[in-house]
Amino acid sequence: MAFPANSIGLVQPQQFTFAQEEPFRLESGATLSPVTLAYETYGKLNADRSNAILIVHALSGSGHAAGYHAGDDKPGWWDDCIGPGKAFDSNRFFIICSNVLGSCYGSSGPATVDPDSSEPYGLRFPVVTIGDMVRAQAQLVAHLGIEQLLCVAGGSMGGMQVLEWAAHHPTKLKAAIPLATTARHSPMLIALSEVGRQAIYADPNWNNGAYYTATQKPDAGLAVARMVGHITYLSEESMHQKFGRRLQTRERYGFDFQSEFAVESYLKYNGNNFTRRFDANSYLYVTKAMDYFDLSEETGSLAAAFAHSGHLKFLVVSFTSDWLYPSYHSKELVGALTAVNADISYLDIQSSWGHDAFLLEVDTMTKLIASFLERLAREEEVALPVISNQ
Amino acid sequence: MTNLQSPISNPTLRPDLQAVADLILPKSRVLDLGCGDGALLAHLVRHKRVLGRGVELSEAGVLACVRRGLSVRQGNLQEGLADYPDGSFDFVILSQTIPFLNEPGTIIQEMLRVGKQAIVTFPNWGYWRYRLHLLVNGRFPQATDYPPHWQSDRRWQAFTITDFTEFCQTFKIAVRQRVYLVGERPLKQSWGENWWAQTAVFALEKQTNK
Repeated sequence: MAFPANSIGLVQPQQFTFAQEEPFRLESGATLSPVTLAYETYGKLNADRSNAILIVHALSGSGHAAGYHAGDDKPGWWDDCIGPGKAFDSNRFFIICSNVLGSCYGSSGPATVDPDSSEPYGLRFPVVTIGDMVRAQAQLVAHLGIEQLLCVAGGSMGGMQVLEWAAHHPTKLKAAIPLATTARHSPMLIALSEVGRQAIYADPNWNNGAYYTATQKPDAGLAVARMVGHITYLSEESMHQKFGRRLQTRERYGFDFQSEFAVESYLKYNGNNFTRRFDANSYLYVTKAMDYFDLSEETGSLAAAFAHSGHLKFLVVSFTSDWLYPSYHSKELVGALTAVNADISYLDIQSSWGHDAFLLEVDTMTKLIASFLERLAREEEVALPVISNQ
Repeated sequence: MTNLQSPISNPTLRPDLQAVADLILPKSRVLDLGCGDGALLAHLVRHKRVLGRGVELSEAGVLACVRRGLSVRQGNLQEGLADYPDGSFDFVILSQTIPFLNEPGTIIQEMLRVGKQAIVTFPNWGYWRYRLHLLVNGRFPQATDYPPHWQSDRRWQAFTITDFTEFCQTFKIAVRQRVYLVGERPLKQSWGENWWAQTAVFALEKQTNK
């Protein structure tokens, strides 16, 4: 197939396995061995390995951030922003994206076969945290021969990983781009996660997570969880614009319980679609990891959590209609980073798209990110990679 | 492919901004409050090699600043100042904004907490043409860059160099330097500034008790 001109084109998923001998110790105290991360890279590493950018994904994302897999007609999840001449310019930077620990796109998670029992882990997979996800990424980055990343960037749960990198691995990066995120998962966010999880638990096919060999999977539960998720990614305004009170196929109300409103069809479609690409147990693990995320817990304050991050450069972005990660979360973060004297640029972008805005406001995001990275590359004297003209 | 460039800087700064720029020491730490599109900050970064930071309320302004390669955060001045530890900057700049502030005195004192020096610029409503305009026409005069429609524009407050000097004395703020402009030129005579000057630039410091 022919790829768009500014696309990376065909990309190859890769795998990195570690902790075969020495098990990977998790924040909970549990261990995991071995650990596999699925990842992709775009662009080339320069001679002094100083142009590497790690992209971190959100709840349902994968290591496939850009370009096309063979046979696919849809590109990776952040293809709008990653590629030649795009916000994250693959002509200049070496871009890495890996699937998080606990997910289901090739990295170790509950669907992975447990070497001890030769069956999928299911709920025997240890509960992981954002901190664990990031420490696993750090192993991958080291494996790729990179001592220090130029930048770590991501939105939503990706933003949490960005902040985890900045707070707990500050010497391993120079800059951070947390988008539409929080440094502390709020009670409302935990509540929304729990509704999704309860929907999965309530599905009889879930069977305490042991459904991998069964013919029926907990699709109904996972679909409801995803529907709740989708509502939180929109805003009231964007729902008005997108659906209004329109009926999907009918002319008038049916006075029955078929789904008839456009918004109902949208949620149903996306819920069902999600069951074809995501594992219900992974949904439990990844949402749990988000719920545990609170950078201020250990230190008492957010500023104290970033006490060693004052040398980093930050580009923080929030969106005015995002009620899932409202702007004041980002403002609180910006305040804490200001208090430790970090170099921060912050913008609350006017948008009606809700939380989804971080993937949709491509023009503004491109201007911000490209300019920020350009300054970073200039100030850090990052050389362009050598592109062979073959 | 994008080239590596220094921050874009306008070679001809607005005269009042140039007057501010002249007061800034090379390689100092500078916070520009209400930095707009970043023209002054970019100039200072490029020509004086300062460590520059900005606070700006408008999205367009912040976006323009980031595109110039500046480090600017969106927010109002209260938010912008409160987060900074004491003495974070050598200079904190507030140009042409004081008349629009609620409790400008508090903001100026916050500027002096965050910075060693505060540099403020404001229009002088004691300027003789303004006085004469009000006296003769019975209408409020129009200053450059100020909202012309009292009934629909942002609210602002008029004060003079004498008013400002009195404020500094009352609140024990030392005036380290002052520059006066008439139109685009510096005021020549060293007397009667409240009559002759159209724009004032003050460099302020906390008064030290000796």
